[in-house]
Amino acid sequence: MIGLQHYMVVSAILFVMGVLGIFINRKNVIIILMAIELILLSVNINFVAFSAFLGDLVGQVFSMFVLTVAAGEAAIGLAILVIYFRGRGTIAVDDVNRMKG
Amino acid sequence: MIHVFAFYLFAILVVCSGALTILSRNPVHSVLWLILAFFNAAGLMLLLGAEFIAMLLVIVYVGAVAVLFLFVVMMLDIDFAELRAGFVDYLPFGMLIALVLLAEIVLGIGIWSAGPVELAQRAAPVTGDMPNIQAIGGLLYTRYIFLFEAAGLVLLVAMIGAIVLTHRARGGVKGQNIAKQNRRRPQDAVRNINQPVGQGVDLGGVEL
Repeated sequence: MIGLQHYMVVSAILFVMGVLGIFINRKNVIIILMAIELILLSVNINFVAFSAFLGDLVGQVFSMFVLTVAAGEAAIGLAILVIYFRGRGTIAVDDVNRMKG
Repeated sequence: MIHVFAFYLFAILVVCSGALTILSRNPVHSVLWLILAFFNAAGLMLLLGAEFIAMLLVIVYVGAVAVLFLFVVMMLDIDFAELRAGFVDYLPFGMLIALVLLAEIVLGIGIWSAGPVELAQRAAPVTGDMPNIQAIGGLLYTRYIFLFEAAGLVLLVAMIGAIVLTHRARGGVKGQNIAKQNRRRPQDAVRNINQPVGQGVDLGGVEL
């Protein structure tokens, strides 16, 4: 029978996939944003799995807030990407030093 | 039996489409694999009995976030081959980090599962006498109403931020200034004169 550990392993693999995506696509910020979405998705799977197996609905409520933050983060991230592209003509982000920080 | 089959189907598909999301050459393909991953994650959540979150995942991620990604990928004129230059260089190090992380997490899961899960008290127990969406609604609009409104505020800030960031004032566009139009009075704009015959009209000092 499928237990909580099965879902946790799927979630862990997906999380690691997101981290790997950030590492290997270091220049392409669009793929990096997608990898962050994958990470948030894996966190959501974990929340919902625990919520279902513990019989407690709060996990699903919190998962909704994670979803909210993910949507906002995608919108802001892509807006920053668009203005960065407008100014520079490229989205290679491995050597961004515009703010000299 | 069907439950086990469905779980392995969704799990394998979500992992494979996640891998293809980060490995695809073409970012449009990446977005499409990401959509597949979202659909299969929604399937996993359906198996867990969280219908509301599953549908929300399809609506919010596939309907809004993925389409936003697709729109941006197709709108910007980017040389993606040039962006992929360091891919092979980063791969060994990235794989190392990923394997270490995965080993740690799986080890953590294995150690944790040694003990049974028993909570002394549940914050919002599933009673089973009402559907999932009704239970979540009852929880969200009563106990977590302020958190819910804070989530709405987060979305509002994100919306305003995205608009402010990407908005630009274009020069050379003739727009209508309604305030200026409403401020204009007849005594400022119209002058009645008794014009004698045979003489020119004096336009001096009149702002047309």
